[in-house]
Formats: sequence, C-alpha cells, structure tokens
Amino acid sequence: MNITDMTAVQLSAAIKEGKTTAVEAVEAVLARIEEEDKKYNCYVTVDREGAVAQAKKVQAQIEAGTLQGPLAGVPVALKDNLCTEGLLTTCSSKILYNFVPTYTAEAVKNLTRAGAVILGKTNMDEFAMGSTTETSAYGPTRNPRNPEHVPGGSSGGSAAAVAAGECIYAIGSDTGGSIRQPASYCGVVGMKPTYGTVSRYGLIAYGSSLDQIGPLTKDVTDCAAVLEALSSHDERDSTSIARDDTDFTSALTEDVEGLRIGIPNDYLGEGLDAEVKEAVLRAAEVLEKKGALVERFDLSLVDYAIPAYYTIAAAEASSNLERFDGIKYGYRAKEYAGLHNMYKKSRSEGFGEEVKRRIMLGSFVLSSGYYDAYYLKALKVKALIKKAFDEAFAKYDIILGPVAPTTAPKLGESLTDPIQMYLGDIYTIAVNLAGLPGISIPCGQDGKGLPIGLQMIGDCFQEKKLIRAAYTYEQGAV
Amino acid sequence: MSREYETVIGLEVHVELATKTKIFCGCSTAFGAAPNTQTCPVCTGMPGSLPVLNRQVLEYAIAVGLATNCDITRYAKFDRKNYFYPDNPQNYQISQLYLPICRNGGVEIETADGGTKTVGIHEIHMEEDAGKLIHDEWEDCSLVDYNRSGVPLIEIVSEPDMRSAEEVIAYLEKLRLVIQYLGASDCKLQEGSMRADVNLSVRETGAKEFGTRTEMKNLNSFKAITRAIEGERERQIDLLEAGESVVQETRRWDDGKGESYAMRSKEDAQDYRYFPDPDLPPIRVSEEMLAQIRAKQPEFRGEKRKRYKEEFGIPDYDIEIITGEKPLADLFEATVALGSQPKKVSNWLMGETLRLMKERETDASDLRFSPENLAKLIALTDQKAINSSVAKEVFEVMFEENIDPEAYVEEKGLKTVNDEGALKKVIEEVIAANPQSVEDYRNGKEKAIGFLVGQTMKAMKGKADPGAVNQMLREMLS
Repeated sequence: MNITDMTAVQLSAAIKEGKTTAVEAVEAVLARIEEEDKKYNCYVTVDREGAVAQAKKVQAQIEAGTLQGPLAGVPVALKDNLCTEGLLTTCSSKILYNFVPTYTAEAVKNLTRAGAVILGKTNMDEFAMGSTTETSAYGPTRNPRNPEHVPGGSSGGSAAAVAAGECIYAIGSDTGGSIRQPASYCGVVGMKPTYGTVSRYGLIAYGSSLDQIGPLTKDVTDCAAVLEALSSHDERDSTSIARDDTDFTSALTEDVEGLRIGIPNDYLGEGLDAEVKEAVLRAAEVLEKKGALVERFDLSLVDYAIPAYYTIAAAEASSNLERFDGIKYGYRAKEYAGLHNMYKKSRSEGFGEEVKRRIMLGSFVLSSGYYDAYYLKALKVKALIKKAFDEAFAKYDIILGPVAPTTAPKLGESLTDPIQMYLGDIYTIAVNLAGLPGISIPCGQDGKGLPIGLQMIGDCFQEKKLIRAAYTYEQGAV
Repeated sequence: MSREYETVIGLEVHVELATKTKIFCGCSTAFGAAPNTQTCPVCTGMPGSLPVLNRQVLEYAIAVGLATNCDITRYAKFDRKNYFYPDNPQNYQISQLYLPICRNGGVEIETADGGTKTVGIHEIHMEEDAGKLIHDEWEDCSLVDYNRSGVPLIEIVSEPDMRSAEEVIAYLEKLRLVIQYLGASDCKLQEGSMRADVNLSVRETGAKEFGTRTEMKNLNSFKAITRAIEGERERQIDLLEAGESVVQETRRWDDGKGESYAMRSKEDAQDYRYFPDPDLPPIRVSEEMLAQIRAKQPEFRGEKRKRYKEEFGIPDYDIEIITGEKPLADLFEATVALGSQPKKVSNWLMGETLRLMKERETDASDLRFSPENLAKLIALTDQKAINSSVAKEVFEVMFEENIDPEAYVEEKGLKTVNDEGALKKVIEEVIAANPQSVEDYRNGKEKAIGFLVGQTMKAMKGKADPGAVNQMLREMLS
C-alpha cells in the first residue's frame, strides 16, 4: 500500500478500516514533500508540526467514531491565497512575506470539519495573476510530468502537488481558469463550481466577481467528495448562494444516456494545437459511445471574452489590492520620505511585474473619462456572454472543449509576451464571466508525454451533470 | 461695496446612524471604547474579509428618505471610492455614487420673512465611516484606531437652494429633528454624529449663472457654521471686488481663528475610480419593505404640535419647545401616559429641566431622569407630601442621578409633617417668639404673616406645607 498514490476516498477508507492511520498518512506525504519538493517547489509553506498534531486529533476522532466521511484523516494542500489562522499566507507575493492571518477561510473550515489535515500552502502566480506559476515571488513551480515545463497557473503549486503525490488532494481558486488549466497541464482533475457555491470569505480576492474556490484531485470521485465538503451557504459572503443540491457524490454514476453535449466550433479553431484537438474529439467520441448526443455548434462572442475578462478582473484587482500598503501588515519599504512615498515604495518594491501591470490596467479602465468606454462596456460584454451561454444551454446539457490551446509550455516561454499568455485563457475565462461550473479532466497526452485536459462546462448549478459525465468518461477512458 | 451679491449655499450633511453594529460587520458602534477593541477582519480590511450589509442601515436610510420626500431607489448599489489614507483600512470606502438609495427630495423651512421655502435634496447615500488617526507628537508617529471604521453614515446632499446662514441653520435644524424623530441618529454636531460641509458661492444679485464655489469643512457647531458662511461670503466678495476670481477648492474652517484656509484645489482633486462593489449584490427594495418602513414612520413634529394642542391643551410656547427636541417630547408623553397632569409635566420640563440643561450644558438626548420618577415627583407634590422648594431640591438630584424621588424623600426625611399637633406646637412657639410681627399682623400688615410662615418653615426644616402653615397661623391669630 503506497499512501501517496492513493486517492482521498481510498485513503480515508483505509484509515477507517484500520489499515493505516491519519498520522501515518500525513507522515508519508510529508516524507514525499521532503524528498520531492526541492525539484518542483509546490509549497511556499509546509506546516509539519501543525499537520502531525492535526492528524493525531483527527485519528482520535475517527477512532471515537465522531468523524466519518470520505475526507477524514486525509492530508490536503491549500493554495496560498486562502487565509489560515496562525499560518503564513503570502499569495506568493513579497508584499505579504510575513502575513499571518488572524482567521481561517470558511472553505478551509469546512474541510477541517470534514476531517482534513492541512499540510501547508502551495505556490501560485502572485495574487493568482498568471497562467504558469512563474510570477510567484518564491520561485516557479515545475511540472512533475516534466520539470522543464510549467505546471500552469495560477493554482500551479496545488496541481503539481497532486500530480507529484505531495498531497492527496489540493484546493485552488479559479478566476479565469486557474484551477482547470493547471489541472490540465499536470494531468489531474480540477473543478470550478458555480459562482456562489463555495464561500469566498477568507479567500484573498483577485477578481471578486469571478473568483471561486474549488478542488484539484486525482480523480472525479475525489473531486465530487471535496466539492461537497467545500460547499456551504455562508452569511458572511453576500455572494454566497443557499443550495440544497450539493450532495455531489450522489452524481458519481456511469450514465450519459441521452445527455446532450455541444462542442463549440469556436473552441476548435485557429490557435488550437492539433494533438490537443484530436484528444478532445476522441474524448467526445467515448461519451458518444456511452450514449451521449454530441454535436457541434457556434457559440458566439468567444473572441470578446478575453478583453472583457482582463478589463473586469484587472479593475477589481486594482481596488482589491489597494489594502496592501505597508501600513498594517506585510512589506514596508525600509526607507521613505513621508506617507505618500511610503505607499509608493512599499508597493513598487512589494509587488511583482505582472501584478503591477494589472493594477495599472485596472486603474486605467476605472479612471474618469475611460470608465464608460472600458469598464462599463466590459460589463455589457459579460452580460452578452452569459446570454450566449443561456442560449447554448437551452440546447445542450454540457458544453465540451479543450481547457487550453496547448499543453504546458516550457519555463520562461510565456512571461516575455503577456498578451500571448492572456490569449491562452481563451477557453476557460468565459466560464468565469458567466459564473458557470467547469471541470477539467485528463484526456490523454501529447507526443512529448505532456497531459491534455478535457473541459466540460455546465449551466449554473449543474455540477452534477458535469460530475456524471466526467465520471462516465473516466471509467470508459481507463 | 458697490454691487449687491447673493450667496448660494448647498450642504453635504453626514449623519452617523444609531445602529448597534457597524454597516458591514457585527462589531459594536459604541463610542468611547479602548482603541481597536471594536474591530474584526472586516472593519480592519484584512485580506479575504467580505462586507455584509446591516439591514438596519438600509431601513434607516429609507426612513430618512421617506421623511424628506425623496424617491426611494428600488434597485440601488454600493460603489467603491478608491483613495489611499491610513484611516481607511482597505484604501477604498464603500459608498454609493451611481445608484444612491434616495433621490429628489426636499424639506420645507421657515424663512426670515416668516414665509416658507423648500430646500431640495439631491440625494441621500449610505457609506462607511473611516477610522481615526491619532498623531503622537511625543513619539513622532501616527496611530490609527479602527473602532469608528465601518460605523454607518448617510450623506444627505442638498441642492444649492439656501441663500443665508439662517436658512442653512433652519435646514439643519429641520434635518436634525426629522432624523431624531426617526430615531436614526442623535445628530450631535459637537460629537460628530452630524457633520455638515458647506458649498458656497456668490453672484451678483439677479445673475443667472452660479459663481465658482468652495467647500468648507470642519464645522462643529451652528455658531461655527454661521461664522464660516459669513467669513467665506466676505472672502469671495472681496476677491471679486478686487478683480480676482474664486478658486474652486476645499477649505478648512478654523473656528478659533475665525478664518479658513485652503486644503486642496480642484486641480489636486483625486480620481476616486468609483465602480460597483462586486462583494455586495445590488439592493432591491421591495414594495413590502417600503410599506413596512412607511408603517413604522413616527409622528413628526407638525403632527405632534397639532395633537398636543388638541389633546393636552398646553400653551403654544411650551409645545414649540417640547416638540423641538425629540427626547423632551418623549419624556413629556411618557410622563403624561403615567397619569401626570400635562400642564404640570410641561412646567417641570419648561422650568427646572431647561434651567438645569442650560446651567450644566446638557443635551436633551443626555437627560437621565426617567418619566416614572418625574411622575412620582409630581404625585408627591400633588399629595402635598413635599412642598415645592423640596420638590425642586429633589428634582435636581433626579436630574443628576435619576433617583427614585419617593425613596429619596423617605430616606432624607423630607416629607412634609402633616401632624397637626406637632405643627401647632411649633407655630405657638413662633408666635411667642415674635410678638412684634404678631402685633404688626393684627394691625393689618399683611406682609408680617409671610415672615411668620417663613419662621415656621425654618423651624420645621422645610418639611411643612407653606399653604397649610399660612392657614393655621391665620386661624391661630384670629
């Protein structure tokens, strides 16, 4: 029995059966981190003592029968933008190099209630801005499938940790594809739920109207179990939605009979790597053979999603990141002359290039005289994109396509051309703009052995359809 | 001065709402606690924290809007106003710009010529207060107290409809009364729960266009407002007479020096980059909610005046004074409701209460004595258990400490001695000791009886009913 190869559901079952313990499990994973993380740099912070102490507590609860469920005793890695009381939370930024939150994010509390053992905090693109985990102030994360390549981003540390066995499952956040794209690059399962399903309280905001927390797991079964644990209605998050259909594990059935799947022609066009295209279409065939009805259609406005997304996300980010000013916590410039200069130097020195670029972009689109032309227009585009999806979901249960145009690029290839990097988000960001759920599951690999991801998108609150289709595909693809 | 000028004034009035908790979190709004003891992640702008609207704030804002004849916005939003300052922990203030909760209202004020005019209200919006900076000159540093951060405010923006300091004061008095009657705030200028910024310009009488205006801040009393208006009017006229022009700027009033100085000009005006706060969903004001708030609207001053006249028959002058302060009106009604005779209650309020308030510089909202105790005191005098001078003495203690007058009178032995035998004995002694006065009285000098009553009261240590003493003396001397 190799603990680090197990899924969460398998491991918690083994712990309950007494084949292993939560303490053994966490120690096995910590040993793997010790061994491997120098290569991959998945973690910003590993909380060895805290993890072992928590494992002991959880083990006692499992033995006492007070803790059950499929995540009890299972070690988890958290993206470093989730607040954890008493545990360093940096957003992979120098500006938060010393920030220890005074409270824990609601989603993390939900996991702890389910018996999770927190290993530590994973590396990410600084403030979740980036698609490669190279914008981290604490060095890039490498793709465990091929360390010459990036793991994707921004939840690259979480995806890589799952792929490298440096955790059993991980939590990420997805603002424009930040869970689905690294899941795709690292060959794991990642899901962004419907906006409002998981509380954002304690998630350090990037684009507040787009951010959602979600799972990165080894398979669809874990994905459903983790999402079920994460979801809750939280009165402290005004955008949180009360749902009574978050029993996602009930959708783990092999059944796509009559499921209507639409593949947008726009998702198969120019810029899409031929191997990726082939793998995605093969996956569609698997589902078709299992009884799904697959057809192509035109989803309009795809080209407008990127400019709308970067306008809205940057605008919100420019305001969300104002609180990082060197006054209350975090990095403060050593020398400064007066208040204004302290702000300027602390922020200039504390933020990285990509973050500064988006703050400037966001400040620009909100500035007087440009607000209507950029920000308001982007909101209108957002509304039209939602409408286009509404029309598509009138015809289809699921929209299927690639997660990203290519497999993982090599380190250093993306940052030189930010526009090119932004274009890589083309298939994922419309989902955030429309608030929809989307899942990324492995569907093969390219000639270089790099994983390819299949994306399925559902209408709002239709996670179960996605889980059912993904589970069915997973069973058939093996 | 060769030309005639007209002053044009508009006000921005900030009112601190009397909610128990802050606008976006559950922290207490109580005044005077130790620094940073009424704070949480939300009102200190910690990363990941999220605002949730306090419903009471919305209800108060709507109630004030209805009472000032505004249109209530049925689909309102909160916007972020972005600016960097250490008292503002997020470096943005949550306020309302695009869709404020109330618009297009107005209140009627009385003018100097005895007529009335309407001062238009452009809008009322809800927003959060900032923390408080304390500059420690000894240590040469600044400290910040976030207890006030997140205290709810409404800002009432008038139209430029006022033409004199008198009209401004009348308008402010009107607002203060309306808001006090609603219980939405105590509206104390000195303590900052009501703050007014004055926008003022001058133009030649008869001119159609407005002149260039300035905004005056730091006005902490009606007196300061009056002085600042007069000062600014003269300053602007002097500039124009000298052939110079008024600069659009924000000025700070120094009431000690009786002059103002420029804080920042229009050129320095910041671009606040307002945009809708993505953390707070739009507010939808339903018909039911409006109906509920309407139903709860109190009886305002005009209606009260009418009712007092009809129901209680007290003099118009008393009605003016009592209804002019909500706490006085409340005290009056509550005491009358306990069975006291209205005129007697009114006498206590108009006489001793006002006298002591003036002497001790007490605000009506800080009155301590309860209607129950006032009713008891009135009952004690009605029963002639104490005489009027003892009653005043007891009232003064009640004014300070809200003591129970019955218990107090008992404890201090202040009750009028109604034992006729004892009184008769004392009078006999007084008669014996003052033969001259007795003779004078018998010779028809009425005044002499007063002296004898006084001597008797003195011997009784005040614990007698002077009327009864008078009568008994006359009987015994006849």
